[in-house]
Amino acid sequence: MSSEKTEVDFDVADINKDYERLYGFHTNTDYLKDSKKGVSPDIIREISKIKNEPEWMLEFRLNSLDIFNSMPDPTWMDGSVFDDINYEDLYYYASAGDKKYNDWDDVPEDIKDTFERLGVPEAERKFLAGVSAQFESEVVYHHIQEELEKKGVIFLDFDTGIQKHGDLIRKYIAKLVPQGDNKFAALNSACWSGGSFVYIPPGVKVEIPLQAYFRINAESIGQFERTIIIADKGASVHYIEGCTAPTYSKTAFHTGVIELFAEEDAYLRYTTIQNWSTNVLNLVTQRAIAKKNATVEWMDGNLGAKTTMKYPAVYLAEPGARGRVVSIGYANKGQRQDAGAKMIHAAPHTTSSITAKSISHNGGRSSYRGLIKVNKGASHVKTDVDCDALLLDDFSESDTYPTIDVRERKDVSVMHEATVGKVSDETIYYLKSRGIKEEDALLMVVNGFIQEFTKELPMEYAVELNRLIALEMEGSIG
Amino acid sequence: MTSPLLELKGLCSTVFSEDTDQQIPILKGVDLTINKGEIHVLMGVNGSGKSSLAHVLMGHPNHQITEGEAHFDGTPIQDMESDERARAGMFLAFQYPHAIGGLPVGTFLKAAVEARRSEEVPFRVFKRELDAALEKLGISKEFLGRSLNEGFSGGEKKRNEILQMHLLKPTLAMLDETDSGLDVDALKKVFHDVREYANQDNALLVITHYDRVLDYINPTHVHIMSDGRIVKSGGADLSKRIDEEGFEAVLGVEASV
Repeated sequence: MSSEKTEVDFDVADINKDYERLYGFHTNTDYLKDSKKGVSPDIIREISKIKNEPEWMLEFRLNSLDIFNSMPDPTWMDGSVFDDINYEDLYYYASAGDKKYNDWDDVPEDIKDTFERLGVPEAERKFLAGVSAQFESEVVYHHIQEELEKKGVIFLDFDTGIQKHGDLIRKYIAKLVPQGDNKFAALNSACWSGGSFVYIPPGVKVEIPLQAYFRINAESIGQFERTIIIADKGASVHYIEGCTAPTYSKTAFHTGVIELFAEEDAYLRYTTIQNWSTNVLNLVTQRAIAKKNATVEWMDGNLGAKTTMKYPAVYLAEPGARGRVVSIGYANKGQRQDAGAKMIHAAPHTTSSITAKSISHNGGRSSYRGLIKVNKGASHVKTDVDCDALLLDDFSESDTYPTIDVRERKDVSVMHEATVGKVSDETIYYLKSRGIKEEDALLMVVNGFIQEFTKELPMEYAVELNRLIALEMEGSIG
Repeated sequence: MTSPLLELKGLCSTVFSEDTDQQIPILKGVDLTINKGEIHVLMGVNGSGKSSLAHVLMGHPNHQITEGEAHFDGTPIQDMESDERARAGMFLAFQYPHAIGGLPVGTFLKAAVEARRSEEVPFRVFKRELDAALEKLGISKEFLGRSLNEGFSGGEKKRNEILQMHLLKPTLAMLDETDSGLDVDALKKVFHDVREYANQDNALLVITHYDRVLDYINPTHVHIMSDGRIVKSGGADLSKRIDEEGFEAVLGVEASV
């Protein structure tokens, strides 16, 4: 990891002056030698002050920072993954107004090339590369916002959410992902920026998917995104975060916290396709609660990043609750996709299903890591786990780490199926015998393999995803 | 004089066995000439090499031509990939077609038709052809949404192969034991559709284990294969002889020579 070095005497620096340069990039190693590793309480205070946050949020951040500083790295995963994180190098805060954007010239050629070949419009390219703040989609945005407001839907960036609906957020924040849940959740709680706040009033069905980039003056995916989505009783919403085109980030660390609340009879789907540039360590804590007869679905696609660690969870809290996760991971050269899902059956008559598909290629490594927990008293439970791995060559890897913890015996059905396969020469031969070229044949098999995921996506995303997979697979035939 | 559609001279091949990690000789000198407008039936007991011949011609990755010559439309095919051979007009209806989960039949068919013609085919044009073929073959449109060969019955797989043949319009269609696993009604239907396909501009090579196919198709040529060679060839008369004396008896006489 490299970044420019800035020599600053911390004690004498005026904290209100040249803030971005001094504290946006924390590269002053002298200061860090004398100070606690990571971001300091002073900086947190300053961030909170600039954002004009209520006192409780400042307390929340400071408290989170203490927790972060006291926590070790997770031990359940090969620790070398975390060696790459250099907390001193991290970019802890960027205000929406004067954020220092990436320089287009610094965006790697392969990313520009991918934009070109995916046919991503010029404005979007810059946005995706972190060069500009938003898509030029104001017209669309305003129209959609008006429609939503009429229905009482709140759809804001998280900062504005704090300003306008602080009391509501306070009731929900960290209820599913406590600050001390894991080290990265703690860091996010201390330094969060970006993300969405969504509230759907009782009985309101939002017909079109809410897409993060409809928001204005906010980053689509911040480095420390924080998102809360609440679907009140009988409400229905589909939220889409991210997009399939590669998202270039100069800073190599992304840690988000996403909390979803589905009240009685609500339906809440969260779709994300993340395709970070391959320098990024992507650690996101995604958790949801489903109340009586509510449904929560996570559609989770992970293509980019150097390492991804993501295990969307649904806490099935009341009878009739349903949870579903459909995920795909594509681990190419040098990449590790460690993804999975967690389903906690805390009430009787709850159901869950997990479908996890992974593709490993060019020496990439994909893992499924999952938890099925059925609490004592949670009878009449049904859960299905289906994880399938596809290896595109002999030197890529795939493994599964399923944990099944069942404490109730009465009418509990737990199904777990896992397959690991390679694309057989015979299958490719069959397609080739119809005139289809080898690379196209392989792509057809791979697209078929992930079809359970793509069929859940809006059409334009599905098409884009298939094109992207085609680009990833280019040159895969000797 | 134009060149034959298919011309094999002294064709020898081996198949790679993953069990023994060795190349096993299969074809031991096959001579065969097929012209447009002809229907050839290739018969023989299990292991005689008839299915292997079809896969050698289609370019199966485990089969290798070791000696002899194979020309399709005057072009040597030995160095051509399977997809190149298909685009040139060769086709093989598989005995065991492969299943591909998540790949809808309709998507696959369009890709195959476009590959065969080496050009994009507008959806409307494709749909018109597809609808016509489905109607002709009596196949329901719901079929198009299913994953390719996944969970198909034996009959559905075979009909799917024949549907592909009708859409891809090969000049040489090889049918590898298309009759196997079909009941009498399905057999009748499938071979009716095969016969419908045959015309003066194409040729068929029908590979079968049983002589019952001869009730449904009128071959111009009949060949009997044994131990990697064609040991007997004839016209409809040989077919008649097989019909009367039985296939095993005819092969038995020839094999003892």
